[in-house]
Amino acid sequence: MAYLDHAATTPMLDEALEAYVATAREVGNASSLHAAGRRARRRVEESRERVAAVLGARPSEVIFTGGGTESDNLAVKGIFWARRAARGDQVRVVSSAVEHHAVLDAVDWLAGHEGAEVGWLPVDAAGRLDPDRLRVELAAHGDRVALVTAMWANNEVGTVQPVADLAAVAAEHGVPFHTDAIQAVGQVPVDFAASGVAALTVTGHKLGGPAGVGALLLARDVAATPLLHGGGQERDVRSGTLDTAGIVAFAVAVEAAVKGQQEYAARVAALRDELVERVRRAVPEVIFNGDPVARLPGNAHFSFPGCEGDALLLLLDAQGIACSTGSACSAGVAQPSHVLLAMGADDDRARSSLRFTLGHTSTRADVDALIAALPAAVDRARRAAALRTPR
Amino acid sequence: MRVLAAMSGGVDSAVAAARAVAAGHDVTGVHLALARNPQTYRTGARGCCTLEDSRDARRAADVIGIPFYVWDMADRFHEDVVDDFVAEYAAGRTPNPCLRCNEKIKFAAVLDRAVALGFDAVVTGHHARLGRDGLLRRSVDVAKDQSYVLAVLTRAQLDRSIFPLGDSTKAEVRAEAARRGLAVADKPDSHDICFIADGDTRGFLAQRLGESPGDVVDAVSGAVVGSHTGAYAYTVGQRRGLHLDRPAPDGRPRYVLSITPKTNTVTVGPAEALEVSEVRATRPVWTGGERPTAPVECEVQLRAHGDVVPATVEVSADGLAAELRRPVRGVAAGQAIVAYRPDPAGDVVLGSATITG
Repeated sequence: MAYLDHAATTPMLDEALEAYVATAREVGNASSLHAAGRRARRRVEESRERVAAVLGARPSEVIFTGGGTESDNLAVKGIFWARRAARGDQVRVVSSAVEHHAVLDAVDWLAGHEGAEVGWLPVDAAGRLDPDRLRVELAAHGDRVALVTAMWANNEVGTVQPVADLAAVAAEHGVPFHTDAIQAVGQVPVDFAASGVAALTVTGHKLGGPAGVGALLLARDVAATPLLHGGGQERDVRSGTLDTAGIVAFAVAVEAAVKGQQEYAARVAALRDELVERVRRAVPEVIFNGDPVARLPGNAHFSFPGCEGDALLLLLDAQGIACSTGSACSAGVAQPSHVLLAMGADDDRARSSLRFTLGHTSTRADVDALIAALPAAVDRARRAAALRTPR
Repeated sequence: MRVLAAMSGGVDSAVAAARAVAAGHDVTGVHLALARNPQTYRTGARGCCTLEDSRDARRAADVIGIPFYVWDMADRFHEDVVDDFVAEYAAGRTPNPCLRCNEKIKFAAVLDRAVALGFDAVVTGHHARLGRDGLLRRSVDVAKDQSYVLAVLTRAQLDRSIFPLGDSTKAEVRAEAARRGLAVADKPDSHDICFIADGDTRGFLAQRLGESPGDVVDAVSGAVVGSHTGAYAYTVGQRRGLHLDRPAPDGRPRYVLSITPKTNTVTVGPAEALEVSEVRATRPVWTGGERPTAPVECEVQLRAHGDVVPATVEVSADGLAAELRRPVRGVAAGQAIVAYRPDPAGDVVLGSATITG
């Protein structure tokens, strides 16, 4: 099998898996007062320190969560609620049109249920946000903005955003800035303090850790109202018995991913560039989506004119090639990607897209397998799509 | 062969897919998403269009061990089946949407797409036999037989269709599903129209066609005996829900004899006035082979699960005419007439056409 969907999830690193199993064999609730509890607590705190150290945060800024979606929800809703509670007219949320649904839907929910008003920042044809647009938005509404949330790197088209510039603009207006860095950590340099963001989402399973564990890095001076009430285990912002084994494995994976980022990015980007070049040769009409330079190293995203992405996916899947249409699913039905639509693509181009994402286990053989299968798949998908037009 | 199994989330299509695998085919499962908004379609266990059905189909595919995808056919389904359904009622006819779905979606849009993608055939869980001779026959389970709704298929469509369940009864299919560990083994059968959530066809039509009050006229006396809020809501042969103001002079029950959209009139009359001895139909499809040149002695069925009547079918310029050996009540325009040749190995579908009168 050629696994070209590392942005969906990537294999666990051996050291993370081993750390998980070793820790999971030990009993102990990190909140318990006895020796077993203290041992679990020590593992959690060591992990917190490891995560903080490699991501440029203080340990007290690391809030462990149940993964990326929870971290995004906690940041978006939690900061909104806290800011509104502090000042009733701070009800505007500024976000981007290309966010992951974990942010997008949380923002929409605030608009639909909590009276939030939303300022959506547009992107250019490469999916890139413009800090000047944020400046205009904050100049007009700055005193009423509860938070700005914009992703570090896009999960579909791989475009890396100018996060530090955006965060600086938000800071000028004293508005907390959250970034969903799920796709970025381990792929591009990410430093919490240096970036100037107030909150940052990271998750385990995109960087070689387990699924279902992640963190929100939350600056000490930023308040967030909890989503989950209970024991208050994490800074009273997040409750729930700590998943000691998951947290330990997460920390091992984050550390490995961040420390190995440069070497990884160089190797994977070279392989990705080869993939892109060979796809272009095999299917000359292909459109390469996203920013060609400011881009995640493992991401290659294309539109195949005249094809439907889900037909291509089926055909490639049958040849043992795993990729993604990169779009959200409802009942498994592919919707045209909101990211591509925001980039100005029309419905057909959005539906004709496929995402190939490389990762730490990717090899040239994966690319070879894709190139061997792709032309015939495109040919067939094109014939299938041609059936749609004449009625 | 490389085959595509259409999986509704029900027991029949799950077992059909499993049997296709057992027969040595390379099977891919596909669930057809037919609702533009799944929440608006029928919910619960009986549908073919809900998220729950999609999950059931996916789970069955997992158990069988085949790839599974959801194909979005909502727009096609809406245009070719739902809109057609409404337009047919508006024209005073009584459509059969399942038949239309087979004709336009499952064995057309889906089959064409499958073939373009490199599949050789489509497998469905219909209860009908399709043997090596290429003839479509009734299921051994006559009560569950679905050859009527498949009789619109052409030879070319049938050549690329596989119905693995035709030799089994429904009870056998359920037992096999249980044996194979398919959780849908005891899922209830679907009966109603999948895109009418609450089963209220009249309400569904009223929402789309609006209220249009008119007269209910007695065929015998010519008198106006009641009123209606939309002639489209009536079906020939219908007795209930007429809400007549006055009983008929002869005191006998009245039935809908005809619907005239032009004058927005529903005509009612006594049961015997419903009797029809000749049926005309259009758009014939000769499922069983060549278009006949001489009159055919056969049996005809005039609605799904309807009685079978011996008849002589003759091809006419604009379709066909069937002379029934005994009169039949409640023949509705828009339904299909399906001709069968009686056969001990399963009655053979000769062809079908859409009843015009």
